[in-house]
Amino acid sequence: MTIAVRIPTPLRKLTNGADEVAIDGATIGALIDNLEAAHPGIKERLCDEAGEIRRFVNLYLNDEDVRFLQGRDTALKSGDEVSIVPAIAGGK
Amino acid sequence: MIDFTEEQIERYSRHIILPEVGAEGQSKLLESKVFMIGAGGLGSPVAYYLAAAGVGTIGIADADVVDMSNLQRQIIHNQDRVGMPKVESARETIQALNPDVQVNTYNYRIDADNVREIIRDYDLIIDGCDNFPTRFLVNDACFFEHKTLISGAMFRFEGQVATFKPHADKEGPCYRCLYPEPPPNGLVPSCSEAGILGALAGAVGTIQAVEAVKELLGIGDSLSGRLMIFDALRMEWKKLKLRQDPGCPLCGTKPTITDLVTYEQACELQLGHS
Repeated sequence: MTIAVRIPTPLRKLTNGADEVAIDGATIGALIDNLEAAHPGIKERLCDEAGEIRRFVNLYLNDEDVRFLQGRDTALKSGDEVSIVPAIAGGK
Repeated sequence: MIDFTEEQIERYSRHIILPEVGAEGQSKLLESKVFMIGAGGLGSPVAYYLAAAGVGTIGIADADVVDMSNLQRQIIHNQDRVGMPKVESARETIQALNPDVQVNTYNYRIDADNVREIIRDYDLIIDGCDNFPTRFLVNDACFFEHKTLISGAMFRFEGQVATFKPHADKEGPCYRCLYPEPPPNGLVPSCSEAGILGALAGAVGTIQAVEAVKELLGIGDSLSGRLMIFDALRMEWKKLKLRQDPGCPLCGTKPTITDLVTYEQACELQLGHS
């Protein structure tokens, strides 16, 4: 099934500027792999060498952090929206 | 409660007639002390609105001087003040707006040696700094000193706002529950790639100011436990759940951080650098 994935500004150069992409995936892990296939280089920004989601990037399924669901095994269903929320520090 | 002067009754009349504020709430604001980190893009609207609201004491820390390139968004400063310390410029603007406000200036960088002592004197802390090391330092200091922290950040066209008060909200997270550590160098865009839509600072900073006034008055729902994110290009606000992480190195069940940590100040860490 196709999931809407929201891309934050710092990662948009990997999606040709798109702020949202439609990606297939039955779980968060599969979604990340398919995202990488469509937009090479993005997985490295989201996951460490072991494939775990980096701690300064949060992935949200709708309004819930996937860390508090089942992480990469979190199941996705039609109509879900996944948001990538990176740490940002600007204030000035 | 404070005995208002006639001028104060007139100045704050639009607050006083609100049942949620009233004379009692306005009196509370006049007796409140807020400390702000940064007199820049976020600090400008925060300081303006808190001063207008009659927050009695505003402390502002910033080591920089006003630069011409700041004026595109840092509205508390102006062209005549280029070269002046930002905290002095902010003080002049605030005092011209509302002489009720006592402004304490800290024209130096907040660090592990001074932050806890400084914030101890204040009721509420507002972070509008421009780098990760300071964000982690301020979060940790607020946790140790049991101070409520209203954190705002922005990057290009996006903003984030959150309230952290694990001391007061049993289920409330701290900044490290959201991001346990600063990102390593090279994994976030460098300074040269950054830029910021000026008015975005107003949108994000004003939300921080609204939340600050609510926290001081104790009205409405706190943002604690939520992360507000704003995408200016899509003109979309979202509220995401922020949970207290039992594995948080600071406020979790087995904390590994028991004192302030100083992180390296690297350019690459400053995503939304001015």
